[in-house]
Amino acid sequence: MLGYLARRLVQAVLILLGVSVVTFALLYLLPADPVRQIAGRSATAQTVENIRRQLGLDQPFLVQYGRYLLGLVQGDLGRSYLQRSEVSDLIAARLPASLLLMAGAIVCELAIGLTMGLVAAVKRGSATDQTLMVGSFVTVSAPQFVVGLLLLYVFAVRLGWFPIGGYGTFRHLVLPSLTLGILGAGWYSRMMRSSMIDVLRQDYIRTARAKGLPRLTVLLRHALPNALLPVIAMIGIDIGLFMSGIVVVESVYGWPGIGQLAWQAIQRIDIPIIMGVTLVSACAIVLGNLLADIVSPFIDPRIRLR
Amino acid sequence: MLTRDEPARDPAREPVLTIEGLTIVVGGEAGPRPVVSDLSFTLGRGETLCIAGESGSGKSMTALAIMGLLPKPGAGIAAGSIRLGETELTTLGEGGLRRVRGDRIAMIFQEPMTSLNPVLTIGRQLTEAIRAHQPVGLAEARRQAVAALEAVRISEAERRLGQYPHELSGGMRQRVMIAMALALKPDVLIADEPTTALDVTVQAQILQLLRDLQAELGTAIILITHDMGVVAEVADRVVILRHGRQVEEGAVGPIFAVPREGYTRELLAAVPRIGEGAGRVASRMAAATRPLVEVNDLTVGFDLKGGLLGRVQRRVHAVEGISFDLRAGETLSLVGESGCGKSTTAKALAGLVPYAGDIVLDGRNVGGLPRAQTKAVRRDIQMIFQDPFASLDPRMTVGELVAEPMAIHRTATAVERRERVAALFERVGLSPGEAGRYPHEFSGGQRQRICIARALALRPKLIVADESVSALDVSVQARVLELLRELQAEFGIAYLFISHDMAVVENISDRVAVMYLGQIVETGTRDQIFADPRHPYTRRLIEAVPVPDPARRRDAFPRQAGEIPSPVRPIGQPPERLTLGEVQPGHWVAGH
Repeated sequence: MLGYLARRLVQAVLILLGVSVVTFALLYLLPADPVRQIAGRSATAQTVENIRRQLGLDQPFLVQYGRYLLGLVQGDLGRSYLQRSEVSDLIAARLPASLLLMAGAIVCELAIGLTMGLVAAVKRGSATDQTLMVGSFVTVSAPQFVVGLLLLYVFAVRLGWFPIGGYGTFRHLVLPSLTLGILGAGWYSRMMRSSMIDVLRQDYIRTARAKGLPRLTVLLRHALPNALLPVIAMIGIDIGLFMSGIVVVESVYGWPGIGQLAWQAIQRIDIPIIMGVTLVSACAIVLGNLLADIVSPFIDPRIRLR
Repeated sequence: MLTRDEPARDPAREPVLTIEGLTIVVGGEAGPRPVVSDLSFTLGRGETLCIAGESGSGKSMTALAIMGLLPKPGAGIAAGSIRLGETELTTLGEGGLRRVRGDRIAMIFQEPMTSLNPVLTIGRQLTEAIRAHQPVGLAEARRQAVAALEAVRISEAERRLGQYPHELSGGMRQRVMIAMALALKPDVLIADEPTTALDVTVQAQILQLLRDLQAELGTAIILITHDMGVVAEVADRVVILRHGRQVEEGAVGPIFAVPREGYTRELLAAVPRIGEGAGRVASRMAAATRPLVEVNDLTVGFDLKGGLLGRVQRRVHAVEGISFDLRAGETLSLVGESGCGKSTTAKALAGLVPYAGDIVLDGRNVGGLPRAQTKAVRRDIQMIFQDPFASLDPRMTVGELVAEPMAIHRTATAVERRERVAALFERVGLSPGEAGRYPHEFSGGQRQRICIARALALRPKLIVADESVSALDVSVQARVLELLRELQAEFGIAYLFISHDMAVVENISDRVAVMYLGQIVETGTRDQIFADPRHPYTRRLIEAVPVPDPARRRDAFPRQAGEIPSPVRPIGQPPERLTLGEVQPGHWVAGH
């Protein structure tokens, strides 16, 4: 177990290194010039050059990247070009809100997705099954800003059950989590359905029924844990999907998380913030996958982490 | 123990289970189709009834119907009655059936490897079966579970409760299944091919266990099997099924001695028997020529990694320095139980796993050749696998499948390929017109013929047949073996025949090598091995095969002390190499 964790840690560092190189290179190759954004339209060529030299953006790529990496190793994510504060402070201030949103979304998608999948699998081929699967298809296909606006319109504007936007109470959390989670719920319901149908065909389910166990026991104690295994691996990957969704959802609901921060930074080519948010997201994805791998052996004793 | 000279019990005495006019239908595209028609039999208390038949005869469907576990939707009971004592089961409903299942009728299945839930402990699976039917607490259920495990002769029963199924061997798992089934002392135990997936020595132990437990508990047993040897070994009465219809029913003695129906006679005639092969003239070509294949000190191992840095810590010694040779037109069989390394040897010969040692084909060492020549050598060694369903790509026509090796090795033009495919189809007993069809349109036996045609396509010198007839029904098996023999006589091909089935081995081999834990413990001609086995393991293997003759039932099969040791060993501790001594010309035995 310890050896496994050590190896995964080394892997994680390599992944982060790769992500940083690729992102940094993409931003370097971007035709837009961050210095123009900082200096404004009316700046003279001299001012622009000064700022460029000041930020070190006149250096060749390798030097720029080397400097960034050196800072990164010391835990320094750099300073924002425009907001005049440390990137790490900006992210730290907004991360809790995003993590809360993600947690809410995971709860939503699991609760909705797994239930839908389970019911559809048990009632396979019935009208219920077909309705649920059409529903999952719709949620998977609908763009998140549409879902967000729709929920906002129905539940906040028309019914007034939840606030239109903002951050602070549990009621603020519901609609954004639902918007973010509903896409995943569609995926999970489909995965859960096929996984469950596969498990229900297994010999050990027949054995459980031959023992005379009640139907619900067979379903929940014998089938469910086995069917959950592939889904758990999926949750780890899902956190990466969230990162793209968070940008949309946070701007629809005015949620003060890192998605908003990233969105603003991208518009203004604030390279240090973009780098910082990307690396934090990459960390989240790596951690999510690791977590999924660590949980699996608790459900399936045959899996051993080596 | 049942004494075997006692006359067959009167079946009319106290019937526990009565089946009358049972008809099971399965929904298909063309409407419901009967898979079992008008089946009737009774099962007396303490009796063992065997339902025997080949695949598709409806025997498993019958078992599932009794349990009320027919796959839904799709299959259902169309007519007839199933009575347990005075209770009619067909009209009982799910709630009532649930109370019967496990409590009064229990069932064990063919596949012990997949019949236990992998994520629950043995203890959990046993106690829940008990608590589903008895109002007892967890402690009492655990006590009963331990007793049940002890009843099926599982050592350290207490500790087993905390183990998961994957920590146990196949034989152990089947014991756990039996413990689970018998924990509540049901009236009827249905065993659906309970030993088919097990090694012969384990099969013998499990059958013995079922007999012993039946004598102790008086449980009536319905044993479903395709193996007439097993039938002869355990049955009081037999029902022979074919295509869902009852062909013949009666006490086991008369059915074997004077079968009334033609089908029963055919079925019995097709069963390979040890002793029948003796006296068959060994292939003439064998003695004359120099060896076609020489295998020297073949070793195959797999590393297991572990620890902090993922270093190799242990090694599976799958094949440990075996040597043999094989002449053109000769059949050498490798026999042994699962995990003995016979399939790994086959794979090494076919170049599918890396190995150490020498494999010399036709005077050329296969290992040291450059890539281009390795390909040419590959052509001379072809393989036929066990599962004809899995070894044919379902998206290619069978003609394409047979032609593919020729295309890969560029041995023929497209026109020549077509002609050769047609010729091959004809030779293996299929119509060349069928070449445009897909594998799923053929039966198991036909598919294995297609696999044989594919192996023949490149005119190989050696065919490695890895359990190639094990998945086939006996009557089909007999015909495929016959085909293999004809092809050998015609083309002078050498066979390396890998099998766990001693009767089949005796039927087809010229020489036999017995493998145990990656090494050969005994090798010799077929007659030397079967008439004069010297190594205790060889004797054990031969004795464990059930004899398809109820008049020659064996006494209690000696139980093995513990499990077969593991071929997994720590690094730096290779197993001790056995040295073979010649006891007779050509007959070599370990430790002599």
